[in-house]
Amino acid sequence: MKVQELIEKTGWSCATQKAALDRTVNGAFCGDLLSWVMGNGEPEQAWITVQVHMNVIGVASLREFSCIIIADHAVLAEDIIARADEEDIPVIESGLPVYETAKKLVELGI
Amino acid sequence: MASLLHKEYEVVRDDYSLAGKVSSDIKRTLSAVGISPAVLRRIAVASYESEINMIIHAWGGVITLDVMEDGTIQIVFKDPGPGIADLEKALTPGWSTASEKARNMGFGAGMGLPNIKRVSDEFDIQSSEAGTTLTLGFREQA
Repeated sequence: MKVQELIEKTGWSCATQKAALDRTVNGAFCGDLLSWVMGNGEPEQAWITVQVHMNVIGVASLREFSCIIIADHAVLAEDIIARADEEDIPVIESGLPVYETAKKLVELGI
Repeated sequence: MASLLHKEYEVVRDDYSLAGKVSSDIKRTLSAVGISPAVLRRIAVASYESEINMIIHAWGGVITLDVMEDGTIQIVFKDPGPGIADLEKALTPGWSTASEKARNMGFGAGMGLPNIKRVSDEFDIQSSEAGTTLTLGFREQA
């Protein structure tokens, strides 16, 4: 499934404006400890987190995640969204707790 | 052995906003000279963790990247202190001395050095009060 399709099927909002939505989503990873995510995440996964600071964008870019899904209404600052667009990492806001967010992805077959 | 490509980067202590910038540039630089995605992914993990360590634990420092004649990629992370008091503990998964501020940002899982060691082909760390030097080597796997 592509990021675009994930957004359409869930109705979640995409915070980034320019980041490409044609990346493939192949699995997902839930985590907020950055070294844990860095050490255990895999390319093409959607990363579900409640962390909303600048380093999240760096981790997602280096780990080659397909997108970041911000859970639990964590609030994204504009400079973070701008950096995500710069690094071409789509950032999606689910508005749901981490568990419910992951459950929705499972329902979609991710 | 001669270096075919050499780059140096400065890392600033406590500057979380720039964390990962050097690692991103290293990845881009090596991708441009044809290093395989599999090796790039290992390098990205190791360089990011090491760069973060320089920001949150050390007083900044200098990162040097070299691609050697035989294709080996060497990255050296050199900081001016304060040094790692107990290297053995620092290499133990789950052990961390990260500050409250760093932990609030999701750092301090105690997985930094263990992650770096796991993904590197060569790993050497020397530390004293005068600073820490971490030397990493990577090769394409046969």
